Amino acid sequence: MLQYLLRRFVYAIPIALGVSVVCFALVHISPGDPLASVLPPDASLEMQQIMRQVYGFDRPLPVQFGFWLWRALAGDLGVSIATGRPVAGEVWHAFGNTFMLAALAAAFGFSAGALLGLVAGYWRGGWIDRLASTLSIAGISVPHYWLGMVLAIVFSVQLNWLPATGAGPGGSADWTWDWAHVRFLVLPALTMSVIPLGIVARSVRALVGDILSQEFVDALRAKGLPESGIFLHILKNAAPTSLAVMGLQLGYLLGGSILIETVFAWPGTGFLLGNAILQRDLPLLQGTILVLAMFFVVLNLLVDVAQTWLDPRIKRA
Amino acid sequence: MSELAGPARGYWSNVLRRLMRDRVALACILVLAVILLAAIFAPLVAPGDPFRASMLRRLRPIGTPGNLLGTDELGRDMLTRLIYGGRLSLFTGIVPVINAFAIGTFLGVFAGYSGGRANMAIMRTIDVFYAFPSVLLAIAISGALGAGIFNSIVSLTVVFVPPIARVAESVTTQVRSLDFVDAARASGAGALTIIRVHILGNVLGPVFVYATGLVSVSMILASGLSFLGLGTKPPEAEWGLMLNTLRTAIYAQPLVAALPGAMIFAVSICFNLFSDGLRQAMDVKL
Repeated sequence: MLQYLLRRFVYAIPIALGVSVVCFALVHISPGDPLASVLPPDASLEMQQIMRQVYGFDRPLPVQFGFWLWRALAGDLGVSIATGRPVAGEVWHAFGNTFMLAALAAAFGFSAGALLGLVAGYWRGGWIDRLASTLSIAGISVPHYWLGMVLAIVFSVQLNWLPATGAGPGGSADWTWDWAHVRFLVLPALTMSVIPLGIVARSVRALVGDILSQEFVDALRAKGLPESGIFLHILKNAAPTSLAVMGLQLGYLLGGSILIETVFAWPGTGFLLGNAILQRDLPLLQGTILVLAMFFVVLNLLVDVAQTWLDPRIKRA
Repeated sequence: MSELAGPARGYWSNVLRRLMRDRVALACILVLAVILLAAIFAPLVAPGDPFRASMLRRLRPIGTPGNLLGTDELGRDMLTRLIYGGRLSLFTGIVPVINAFAIGTFLGVFAGYSGGRANMAIMRTIDVFYAFPSVLLAIAISGALGAGIFNSIVSLTVVFVPPIARVAESVTTQVRSLDFVDAARASGAGALTIIRVHILGNVLGPVFVYATGLVSVSMILASGLSFLGLGTKPPEAEWGLMLNTLRTAIYAQPLVAALPGAMIFAVSICFNLFSDGLRQAMDVKL
């Protein structure tokens, strides 16, 4: 197991390196002088000189990449053009908000999806099965930013139950776990949970169907195990793959929250990215994407390890 | 099925027959065809001019005489703009998948057929792009490149090449080791002939089915980019962009504001269901 862990970890290093190359390249594929894209337009000549030195734009690209990566590893992701504040701090703060949103969406989407998938897979062809397949198709087909708008129209504009935008009463930035704040989370989290709900329901349904068609289930039934016992066997066998699906989905939630955060003005990483795009703030764009992508790489690693731990038969290279 | 033995049918006529029996897939094809034709022949079908604004007729409700689906925040006719919007939305949604289909199949078949180092190099590079959630990758690239239809298509193409290449590679690797490929090689066929005749014939089907399923994601992402201010620029009519500019109107005209998104949803769900039907009709397992 230790050897596997080590091998899996070593395998993740080139991926992480590749991801950082892609993020590094973002500043360079953007049209125009890279210096201009990391500096505010009114930067003084002196400032330009300093930045040229810091970024090393006069050196060969691989050297530049080395410098950039070294600074990124030390926690320096550059300075936001728009605000003048260090990118790392902004991303760190926003990441907490996004994580909260994604975790809530995941908690709801995964549990509802798993439950729906279990029931649909167990009673194949029943009305719950049809409901599950309709929901999963709708879940993966719906433009979630539109769904967010529709939910805001229904629950905020028409019913006036929940706030449509923001992350707290009076636009306050301090988060506390009370209803006055949590109610701002409900609509974005609900909107976000639709995609993982559909995908988890779909995969769990397929898994349960697969397991039920295996011979050991017949054997268990033949020896007289009650259905509740069989249900436990299904759970045990479906868990590793389901967890892998969920882990990936959590990563997609964190990385894909931008549209929903834009709709609900939720101050997370997606909102940060939206601002970075609007103001063409490339250091902020680059830093946010690097952090999110690295988190996804680590999450993938954890999912693989967890899956192997749950089911030692899967020892993937 | 008890059918009388008729003349032997080809694979594709069987696929077509099965597809024709699938009512859901058929309905989806019909809806998609109507939207596509309306978009192509927009100048003939649309009741008005998509750009003619009127400050006096802003945000009219659905069912207003002369504006069947109301008007938007600048007083432009919604029905007209929804029809015209299909042009850019479908274009920016479908073209990246077509591009990625061509590039991804090429890369995947090349990697799968050559194996060894070339396979390693291509597939490990693709793994790197796989390490990004697709929304994030699309936004990263088009955010760096800047707004515009061309940039949006480039970034979405980059997003869809890796998954397509993976499917193409895995099918190619399976087919390559089959006996008939060895037989072809033994009888003196060159690599290009084997790929053209034996590999592509087996790879294109599954990859095509897979790609049709991606169109739905691509539509959502392309409109999403426009929604964020990347992609299509105003005053162009595009569903994602329309949804964005109508965002402030959810208090005044909620139904009108939700219309463009409903169009994206309709097209996206139809592509998904059509893809499912096609997969069953072609008997492809992915």
